[in-house]
Amino acid sequence: MAAASHNIEPTPVHHQFEDIEQQNETYVVGMWTFLVTEIMFFGALFLVFTLYRWNYQLDFYKAHEHLDVKLGAINTTILLFSSFSMVLGVHFAQLQDRMKVLASLGLTVACAMAFLVIKGFEYASKFENQLYPGLGFTNNVEHVGGANLDHAQLFYGLYFAMTGLHAVHIIGGIITIGILMFLWLKKAPSVTKDYIPTEMVGLYWHFVDLVWIFLFPLFYLMPKPH
Amino acid sequence: MSATSTPAHDQPVAEKNYLNAQHTVRSWLLTGDHKRIAVLYLVSVTIFFIVGSFLAGLIRLELMSPSGTMLESETYNKVFTAHGVVMIFFFLIPAIPAVFGNFFIPIVIGARDLAFPRLNLASWYLYVFSGILAVIALCSGGIDTAWTFYPPYSSMYSNSQVTLVIVAAFINGFSSIFTAINIIATIHKMRAPGMTWFRLPLMAWSSYATSVVVILGTPVVAITLLLVLMERAFKLPIFSPELGGDPVLFQHLFWFYSHPAVYIMILPAFGIQSELIANFARKRIFGYHFVAFSSLAIAGLGFVVWGHHMFVSSQSMYESTVFSLLTYLVAVPSAIKIFNWTATLYKGNIRLHAPMYYALSFIGLFTIGGLTGLYLANMGTDIHLTNTYFIVAHFHYVMVGGALTGFLGGLHYWWPKMFGRLYSDTAAKITAIIVFCGFNLTFFPQFIMGYMGMPRRYHYYYFAPEYQIYHILSSLGASLLGVGLILPAIYLTHSLIKGEKASANPWGAHGLEWTIPSPPPTENFTEIPIVTDEVYDFDPVAEHEANLAGKEIELPSESEQPTKVDEPTEAGKE
Repeated sequence: MAAASHNIEPTPVHHQFEDIEQQNETYVVGMWTFLVTEIMFFGALFLVFTLYRWNYQLDFYKAHEHLDVKLGAINTTILLFSSFSMVLGVHFAQLQDRMKVLASLGLTVACAMAFLVIKGFEYASKFENQLYPGLGFTNNVEHVGGANLDHAQLFYGLYFAMTGLHAVHIIGGIITIGILMFLWLKKAPSVTKDYIPTEMVGLYWHFVDLVWIFLFPLFYLMPKPH
Repeated sequence: MSATSTPAHDQPVAEKNYLNAQHTVRSWLLTGDHKRIAVLYLVSVTIFFIVGSFLAGLIRLELMSPSGTMLESETYNKVFTAHGVVMIFFFLIPAIPAVFGNFFIPIVIGARDLAFPRLNLASWYLYVFSGILAVIALCSGGIDTAWTFYPPYSSMYSNSQVTLVIVAAFINGFSSIFTAINIIATIHKMRAPGMTWFRLPLMAWSSYATSVVVILGTPVVAITLLLVLMERAFKLPIFSPELGGDPVLFQHLFWFYSHPAVYIMILPAFGIQSELIANFARKRIFGYHFVAFSSLAIAGLGFVVWGHHMFVSSQSMYESTVFSLLTYLVAVPSAIKIFNWTATLYKGNIRLHAPMYYALSFIGLFTIGGLTGLYLANMGTDIHLTNTYFIVAHFHYVMVGGALTGFLGGLHYWWPKMFGRLYSDTAAKITAIIVFCGFNLTFFPQFIMGYMGMPRRYHYYYFAPEYQIYHILSSLGASLLGVGLILPAIYLTHSLIKGEKASANPWGAHGLEWTIPSPPPTENFTEIPIVTDEVYDFDPVAEHEANLAGKEIELPSESEQPTKVDEPTEAGKE
C-alpha cells in the first residue's frame, strides 16, 4: 500500500473508492489485518520457544549466558529511538512538512541499519564459537555454559530462527521506508496530500520494534531457574 | 434454458464489458480488475484440478488389483502425496475464495473493485509461481511424505523433493493470505450505502469467516513449514527427536492450521449453497442470522479441535477428551446450516435448474460427510478407524461432496453472469446426476471397507483379497465421476462460442450481481446502488400467487424491464 504509485490526476483517490475517507479507512483495516497475520507468524515461534524453555529450563539458562546483554540492550535502545523518529515522521506528514518527514524517515532507516550492523557483530561472535546449529555445532561444553549440547543447540536454533526472521522484517522495513522516502522525494501526491500511507508504514515499523521488545527479554534476560 | 429476451437498452451490442474492454495479453496479465483476476484464477485452478484428478485416477487404477503390480510402493506414495498436495493447496483452498470470492464479493456488496487490486494480482502471481515450483518438484522425482509433511521423515530421511514442495506450499500460503486481507478490508469498508452487515448475501458472510480463518491459521503453518525446511537444510533442531526436538509439536502446529483449513475449503461452499437454496426456492433464507453466525461459529470452533488428528500420536488422554468434546461441538453450527437450508426448501417455489441439482446433492453428501465425522470425533471409534479407508471416505464426502459440489454449483449459477452466455441446462442437469452417482459409487464402498479394516495409503492388499470388490466398485465410480467432470468442460466451453447470450438476470435471482449487465462492465456499476432491503427479499405472497396461477413474476430488482422468468417445465428446451 505504501508503494502506491502516484496518480496522474492530483487527487490521490483510487478508482475503487468513493472518497478519500473510505480509501484511508480501508487502508487502515487492511494494514491491521496484515499485522494480525504477522502476529500469528511470530506467535507460533514464540509458542515453540516457550515450550522448549519450559522443558529445558536450566540448559536454556546456561546457554543464554553466552549472549551479549550489552549489545542486546544497545539494540533495544536503538530500535525504541527509531520508533520515536517514525512517530515524528508521521507527525510531520500530517503537517505536510516534507523536509522534516524525510529527515525523520532517514533517521529511522539509519537506526535500522545500525541495528543490523550490531546484530551482525553478535552473529559473528556466535559463529566464532561454533554456536550455529547443525552438524558443525560446537562439541565444547564450555561454550554453552555447561548445558546439554543438544538442548543448547535447540536454544541457538531458536535464537537464530527468531532473531533471523526479525532481521528479515527489519530489512523489509528498510525497503518499505525507502520506497516511502522516494515517494516523498518525488512529491508524489499519494503521500504528500495524505498522511495515511506514512502512518501505515509507521504501524508496520512499530510492529517490528514490538517483536524485538519481546525477543530481548526472552533471550537475553532469563532469570536463573530455581 | 431461458425465456428471457435481451432488452436492447440493457445490453447494447457495442457496450464494453470487462472481457472485451481490452484485448492484449498484457492487459490480462497486468490487470487490476478483480473480475479478470478471477478468470485467471479459474483457468489456473482448473489446470491443477485436471492434474490432481489424473493422479487420483492412477490411485484408483492401481487399487483395482490386490497385488499392487502397476505402481511400485515408492511411486504409489509419490502419487497419493501429489494428489493431496495439488488438490488441497492448488485447488480446494483457492478455488472458491479466489474465483467466486474475487469475482463476486465486490459486486454483491456494491463496490467497484476489491480494496487492493495490486495485492490481488500479486496473489495470483504467487499462486502461479508456487504452482510452477510444485510441478517442477513433481516432475523431478516427486515427494513421498504425504501432504502432511510429518517430521522426522520429511526433515531427516526423505530423499524426495520435500524442500521444493514446502517452499511451494509456503508461497501458496501468502497467496491465500493476500486474498483474505483483500476480502476482509473490502467487506468492512466498501459496502454500498444501505448495505448493512445483515443485508449482506450469506456468501459474503461465509467468505468473511473463511478469510478470518486464513489470516489466523496460514501464518502458523507457514512458519512451521519454514522450521521443517531449516531442519532439513541446516539441521536446525526443532522437531527431530534425535536432535532433542519434539515431532508431536509439529503435528500440533500443523493441524492448528490444517484442521481450520478444511473450513477454509468448505465455508465458501456453504456460502454458495445459501445463495442457491434461497434463489431457487424463491424464498427468504430461513434463519438468516443463524446461518450468518454459524459461519463465524464454525470459523471460531475450527481453531480448537485440531487435537482430534492426534488421538493416536502420544497425546494425553485428558487432552484427547477435551478435543473430542470440542469436535462434537462443531457439529452444532454445521447442523444449523443444514436444517436452515432444508427449512428454506419447505414450501418454497423450487425451480429445478442445474445449479439447484448441485445444491440439493450438496445437502445430502455434506450430511453424510459431517455425520461420519462424529465417528472420528469419538476416541473409541476413532482408534479403530484411524488410517483406514473410512477416513478417506469421510473427508472426500466433505471435500468433494461438499467443496467441489459447491464449486460446480457456483460455477453453473454464475457462469451466465461471468461470461454472458447460457449453457445447455439439460446437459448440465444430466452431468449433475452423473457426478452425484459417480461420487457415491466411488466413496461409499470406501466407508464399508474402511470400517472392515482396509488401511489407507497401501498400494496392495493381497493379504485381504475380500476388499477387491469394494475397490473395483470404487474405481468404477471414479471413472463415472471422471466422465461427469469432463462434460462441464465441454458444454461450458461450447457455450462460450455458441451459447445464447444471457440477459442480466437469467434465473430471476435476487442480489446486486443480477442488476448489472452480463458480463459486467469493468467498473461494475455505472452508479453505486443504494440498498434498501436485504438481499433475499422474495415476496412470499406474490411468489405463491404467481406459482398458483403459473404466471410470470415481475422481478423487484428489474421492475422497469418487462422480464419473463422461465418456468421449470420449460427448462432445458434448448
